[in-house]
Amino acid sequence: MIRYIIRRLLIGILILVIVCALTFVFFRVLPTGNPALLRAGRDPQPKLIKEIEVVLGLNKSLPVQFWDYLKEFFFHFNLGYSYYSQEAVKSLIVERLPATLSLTLGAAVLWVIGGLSVGIISALRRHSLLDRFSMGSALVLLSVPEFWLGLVFLLLFSSDIGKLRIFPGSGSYVGLTADPWKWFTSLIMPWIVLAAGSAAIYARLIRSNLSETMREDYIRTARAKGLPEKAVVRQGVRAAVNPLVTLFGLEVGVLLGGAVLVEAVFNIPGIGELNYKAIQSSDFPVTQGTVLLAAAFIIVANIVVDIAYAYLDPRVRF
Amino acid sequence: MSTNEALLRVEDLRVAFPSEDGIVHAVDGITYQVHPGKTLGIVGESGSGKTVSSLTTLGLTRLQGAHISGRILFEGKDLVTLPDDELRTIRGNDIAMVFQDPLSSLHPLYKVGKQLIEAVRAHRDVSKDQARKRAVELLGLVGIPDPGGRVDQYPHEFSGGMRQRVMIAMALANEPKLLIADEPTTALDVTVQAQILALMERLQHELGMAIVIITHDLGVVAEMADDIAVMYAGRIVETASVDRIFASPEHPYTWGLLRSIPTLDRPRDEDLIPIPGTPPSLINPPSGCHFHPRCPYAQPEHARIDPALEQVPGAPGHFAACLLEPDVRRRLWAELRSGQTPQEAVADVGLPEAAA
Repeated sequence: MIRYIIRRLLIGILILVIVCALTFVFFRVLPTGNPALLRAGRDPQPKLIKEIEVVLGLNKSLPVQFWDYLKEFFFHFNLGYSYYSQEAVKSLIVERLPATLSLTLGAAVLWVIGGLSVGIISALRRHSLLDRFSMGSALVLLSVPEFWLGLVFLLLFSSDIGKLRIFPGSGSYVGLTADPWKWFTSLIMPWIVLAAGSAAIYARLIRSNLSETMREDYIRTARAKGLPEKAVVRQGVRAAVNPLVTLFGLEVGVLLGGAVLVEAVFNIPGIGELNYKAIQSSDFPVTQGTVLLAAAFIIVANIVVDIAYAYLDPRVRF
Repeated sequence: MSTNEALLRVEDLRVAFPSEDGIVHAVDGITYQVHPGKTLGIVGESGSGKTVSSLTTLGLTRLQGAHISGRILFEGKDLVTLPDDELRTIRGNDIAMVFQDPLSSLHPLYKVGKQLIEAVRAHRDVSKDQARKRAVELLGLVGIPDPGGRVDQYPHEFSGGMRQRVMIAMALANEPKLLIADEPTTALDVTVQAQILALMERLQHELGMAIVIITHDLGVVAEMADDIAVMYAGRIVETASVDRIFASPEHPYTWGLLRSIPTLDRPRDEDLIPIPGTPPSLINPPSGCHFHPRCPYAQPEHARIDPALEQVPGAPGHFAACLLEPDVRRRLWAELRSGQTPQEAVADVGLPEAAA
């Protein structure tokens, strides 16, 4: 087990290097705005551009730039500095991380509880009116783009522009430590919007998984033992949720790297928003940093999922 | 057989499932009894309704939307009409069941001990510790070595035979009065089969329970069963004591079953004789005698007349549903037993050659 984890971590580091290289290639080799040019202002002197290039290290050869970046990252855990604000990328990320964490984890709780309960009820009452209604709504939630759903929520419920002014609107996010109640209320709508699509996927998946496990021989055994139906269903659910764990890990991993659309719609200062703005302004170190962070989250989530699997399914051994 | 003392009495049981292609008449009016401490063997091909009839006894076909009629009397209670929660208190308690495939019948994600404890605590108000002690005791009872250690293992750590022992242990958790074993040895190796059957016999003697053993293999029930019921297309076509079934079977289908099992006293180069054809559709069963399309002795009118299960003359307790005259049947079986083929037997007895 320990050897397995170490091996996975080493592979993870290798993947990070590859991700680094890829983003490097994308932003330096493929045509994007020259960061030096963008910083130099209107009608810049070529000399000024050259100077800026020297300051940013853009005058060195690409392999050297890449090596410098890797060295800083792996040996000093330094992600470089924003081309614009000169702030350390690391501190920018640390500053933004709580918002993304709050958004993702809250939404995850919501979609797991919502998706599973709707899916389980649907599976147990297949083809009932309730089942058809929930699966129909799930399909709708799956199909609508989240930025659109976010805007609809804002227009309906936000306290500034909504029809029913219930929840604080866009840009109302405050940190948990600053004001827990405001933090909570400002996140209600983003949570719902972010959770909607995933909850729909979970509901549909658990419905089909559970319908299948409830037909297994061991469920018949459980009934034959004379267990109450509730206990029988619990055994079916236990077997049906395992495949969802993989999905859950990956999804949380992805979202921790920034829920770009929801953060943008609700103006939440999270990683996604940071990345979005950095891309718009060719702020390469910030983009590189957020992409690496996202990759790291996904790698870690994968490892956690695999370890969790060993506990969830005794047949899985490494 | 006196009917008063029967532990389980099934009367004219019918089970039908609606399906997209029509109504499946899985069990089509069967009647049998099981006496305390005795063993009934129900024999038939796949799809003859033997499993459905026993699942119905436990109320397990209700959930699948089956239409059930007739009566299943267990200690005076009709299990067909008993409310779900009352039926649940009988399931796994007074009547327990062992299934065909031990590999898929245990929950793969729970320890064997937990699954046994569950079975005990479903019906007994005992602490987890007490139930665990009982689980270890049960594993020992069914001959699993090191029960104290094995109780904390998962099903995948057991072999097929050991898992079937676990299933039997689970069924015995509350010392049932009736154990229904549905093809308990079919998924197992031959040597393990014998062990499992011997185990069931030993436990029957120790615990005094009645057993219904369902199988497609007459060899399995030959040693264990007291009585045998042969099922075909949802009906019982012949029932008698085990000795009579083997000594003087009356139904052509039973003859087919008997002649298709290998025995040591027949010449080794003699071919086993399969029953021609396939089991009939239960949605549109053949007219008349359901067996007539596959029966080498069928006469034209057998396609019209539906035979009833009638007592064989001079043999109390022996019933058969066959349209052939009793003395014709006896002569046919005598021919077959002497090694004749069905065609030769038909010619020797002087029956008109069957159209099929």
